[in-house]
Amino acid sequence: MTTADVIIIGGGPSGVAAGLTLRKQGVPRVVLLEREAELGGATRHCAHSPFGMREFGRVYFGAAYGRRLARAAHKAGLDIRTGHAVTAVQPHGVVQVVSAQGLQTLQARRILVMTGARERSRAARLLPGDRPQGVITTGTLQASLAFHGLRPFRRPVILGTELVSFSALLTCLTHGIRPVAMIETAPAPLARWPLRLFPRLMGIPLLCGVEVSDILGTPNVNEVTVRKGGATRALACDGLLLTGRFTPESALFLQSDIGVEPATSGPAIDQYGRTHDPLIFAGGNILRAIETGGWAFREGRAVGAAVADDLRQSPETAPPVPVTFDAPLRLVVPSLLRRSTRPQRAFPSFQLRFDRAARGVLRLTLDGEEVWRKRGAWRPERRVLVPLPPQATQAEHVHFHFDERS
Amino acid sequence: MSNPVPHESSPDGFYDVAIIGAGVVGCAVARRFALAGARVVLIEKGTDILSGASKANSAILHTGFDAPPDSLELELVRKGREEYLSIHRELGLSLVRTGALVCAWSAGEHESLHGIEQQAHANGVQAVRPLSAAQARALVPALSSRLVAALEVEGEHVIDPWSAPLAYVTQAMALGATVLRATELLHGTFDGTWTLQTSTGTLRAGAVINCAGLYGDRVDRCLELPERFEIRPRKGQFVVLDKAAFRHVPRIILPVPTAITKGIVICPTAFGNVLIGPTAEEQPDRTRASLETDTLEALLQRGAELLPILRTMPVSATYAGLRPATEQKAYRVYSAPAQRAITLGGIRSTGLSAALGLAAHALHLYERFGTPLTPPPGIPDIRVPNLTETEERDWQRADHGEIICHCERVTRREIEAALASPLPPGDPGGFKRRTRAGMGRCQGFYCGARVAEMTQGCFSNPPPAATGSQGDTP
Ligand SMILES: Cc1cc2nc3c(=O)[nH]c(=O)nc-3n(C[C@H](O)[C@H](O)[C@H](O)COP(=O)(O)OP(=O)(O)OC[C@H]3O[C@@H](n4cnc5c(N)ncnc54)[C@H](O)[C@@H]3O)c2cc1C
Ligand SMILES: Cc1cc2nc3c(=O)[nH]c(=O)nc-3n(C[C@H](O)[C@H](O)[C@H](O)COP(=O)(O)OP(=O)(O)OC[C@H]3O[C@@H](n4cnc5c(N)ncnc54)[C@H](O)[C@@H]3O)c2cc1C
Repeated sequence: MTTADVIIIGGGPSGVAAGLTLRKQGVPRVVLLEREAELGGATRHCAHSPFGMREFGRVYFGAAYGRRLARAAHKAGLDIRTGHAVTAVQPHGVVQVVSAQGLQTLQARRILVMTGARERSRAARLLPGDRPQGVITTGTLQASLAFHGLRPFRRPVILGTELVSFSALLTCLTHGIRPVAMIETAPAPLARWPLRLFPRLMGIPLLCGVEVSDILGTPNVNEVTVRKGGATRALACDGLLLTGRFTPESALFLQSDIGVEPATSGPAIDQYGRTHDPLIFAGGNILRAIETGGWAFREGRAVGAAVADDLRQSPETAPPVPVTFDAPLRLVVPSLLRRSTRPQRAFPSFQLRFDRAARGVLRLTLDGEEVWRKRGAWRPERRVLVPLPPQATQAEHVHFHFDERS
Repeated sequence: MSNPVPHESSPDGFYDVAIIGAGVVGCAVARRFALAGARVVLIEKGTDILSGASKANSAILHTGFDAPPDSLELELVRKGREEYLSIHRELGLSLVRTGALVCAWSAGEHESLHGIEQQAHANGVQAVRPLSAAQARALVPALSSRLVAALEVEGEHVIDPWSAPLAYVTQAMALGATVLRATELLHGTFDGTWTLQTSTGTLRAGAVINCAGLYGDRVDRCLELPERFEIRPRKGQFVVLDKAAFRHVPRIILPVPTAITKGIVICPTAFGNVLIGPTAEEQPDRTRASLETDTLEALLQRGAELLPILRTMPVSATYAGLRPATEQKAYRVYSAPAQRAITLGGIRSTGLSAALGLAAHALHLYERFGTPLTPPPGIPDIRVPNLTETEERDWQRADHGEIICHCERVTRREIEAALASPLPPGDPGGFKRRTRAGMGRCQGFYCGARVAEMTQGCFSNPPPAATGSQGDTP
């Protein structure tokens, strides 16, 4: 009763890219399920940033990028079903889908889950205080402005200094919203120079090493209190904008037997993008929040190619070997390797992230034998790429060591 | 804002009873009196019903197994629960028959289980049985191996704590009751009948029933009734875990209670989540139920100690509620026949369960005032929409339009129906309680903007700048 060769869940950059590649490689029946009314995923509401430079040879903004993706997808003969939300992924390539027509069970030879990532809510951050309106994430702010012309506040405090935080700041400023301060828990801004100079240029105070100690107001926010050491300071404002601290939208895995990795909160995958279930693959920001739209697009393409190759063979049966790591590394993707010689790897490199700034030697060992090392000063917000050596897939123990030296 | 839906107000502007406070107790009282044929007005100072204690609780329909023996609380919890069980189907209210395990984590606690069992029997709750740790873990495999023993209480159930009072008040309205929101009782005088001054005008009523929860003592004072009790708010904080946790917590996990509190509960919800909480923190402030990061972390820690798998579960939501406790443990229920006033005060931690019992009790007290009521000829059929995962939801039916909130699978049709209902939400909190939109794991990241657009102009307290992004730019 298979309905397709491949079902892709999620029509953001990664899902569309995977679909385009699968079609290009001659896979006939590729179904793309997207729960929103349009393709584009998280790029749709971001009205300012340069998406699409590498993918389409020119710059597209926000919704236009989504439309460009949709055009490419239609042209490539993808079976696009928007307004279709997947409620469960199950063994044997079965997915449960709901749409305005009701419930449906679909089955395919392979499933690709590319559902992206979102910013952590106020609850998930365990923030203290009252629960007034006006404590929202960048995603909600940008969607409010871009799709509905609604401005949820005028003078918010911005929490966070990641890349997206500056995107949030820019969004505020272009819509007549004047943030009263930008605050950060870490001792220094997370985004790189020169972005971190931007708030100062705009005359917006940047407070680092502070924690939110209270949120006051009903029904709307009227004050956010921050604490640094023993001292507190009250910031009069009418909203709190939560930026960054992305987490994968991985409910489909969390609620299945496949589960998620504690390190990434996304599914564990191998060098092909394959999860613990050999028929289910994943890619894009669900793997590890968060990368740019361009990165998600390229990753989608690579996983799409690995799936096209996988379809030509019988499903993989080799058991996965976990990739392990020392603190202060926070995550490694892929976190599984399968002993397989199929050449079409989706991940030519390991992607690593550090939990905090650290100096020292990062080493990769295979069965205790060192195959790669690098000394450096490592920063938490940077992606670290380590080539994935072909022989790694034959090892029993794959481990990243870190020897800290000051 | 007065109720936007026209209803039959009494011809002479006179009500048989004025009920102060639309918490779960006030809503239940309104229903009971309307069913008895009284002309009812329900006055609520918040912009929606359930603005006080009733908006944030553990949602357990208690049996009373651990209530003080021979107390009014025990009697009314039992009666309230019985009535809920008999009416929930016809009102469209869910009931999740989870049962509870009182868990002993030490030899000392194990010893107390026997006493709890005895008390349950004495309280008329027969369906309790002692379990070995192995038996308990067969029922809830996620329980930590540190468990010593448990007591199963079959009759502890979980309900939707917001749809139930909504159903009560909707039925009262269908029988002609008037609901005035954003209307605060300021003062009342009695000269054979009551003249009630409110923030939106003056009313006259034959009797008053104080159901003001956290303000019960103050409303008694407004009515010039004797000072009989003092509210001492007791805060309870909660964390709500992702729906993925639900299958690991098929029963309510209760601790061995102490003298002051039922303790930290790990509880499945009717919406398919898992709660950890509440704390019990005395505070003077009646207005703020604020969260503290350290406390929330401690709750998560506690959950993970008792059910280790919960450590891996993401947090969906956090909230806190204030219990209308007093200087005594008992309910503070008083009747003043000379002034035709009834006070249902200090309904501290079992009001959701006891509300229907309290309502019947209030009617009984009212009957002694000697003004007979004539029941209406028929009882209108009302049903509230199902929001729980135990019954069919709208998204599972065809033609629902589209899903707006994906985490909670709330359809456009459900949202439109809530906004067009006899008592539409008065504020964003009330909207969430009626639809669940935005209450799921993403807390509005995906649907927040869409929901803001769909509800634009519907509430009396819009966000500070919800009037569009064009125009007066600073
Ligand atoms: C607020 C914000 C600002 C950003 N700013 C920038 C920027 O300035 N520059 C930049 O390069 N990148 C930016 N990004 C990141 C960029 O948008 C992402 O990298 C990119 O969209 C990720 O692509 P994806 O395909 O992995 O996931 P997404 O784009 O998130 O797409 C996932 C899709 O899956 C769908 N989906 C999820 N669950 C289901 C389900 N169960 N059933 C059906 N469909 C489902 C979703 O509706 C969504 O359309 C930003 C992201 C956010 C959130
Ligand atoms: C943390 C916690 C957990 C709980 N768990 C459970 C449980 O699992 N099971 C259970 O059965 N019970 C539980 N309870 C108890 C239950 O929630 C309460 O007993 C119940 O909500 C009390 O309802 P009420 O109507 O008396 O008060 P409230 O809900 O406080 O209602 C009073 C209303 O009166 C209004 N009001 C006040 N002053 C005025 C005025 N002057 N004019 C007009 N209106 C006014 C207020 O705005 C408010 O809406 C819990 C309570 C808490 C806090």
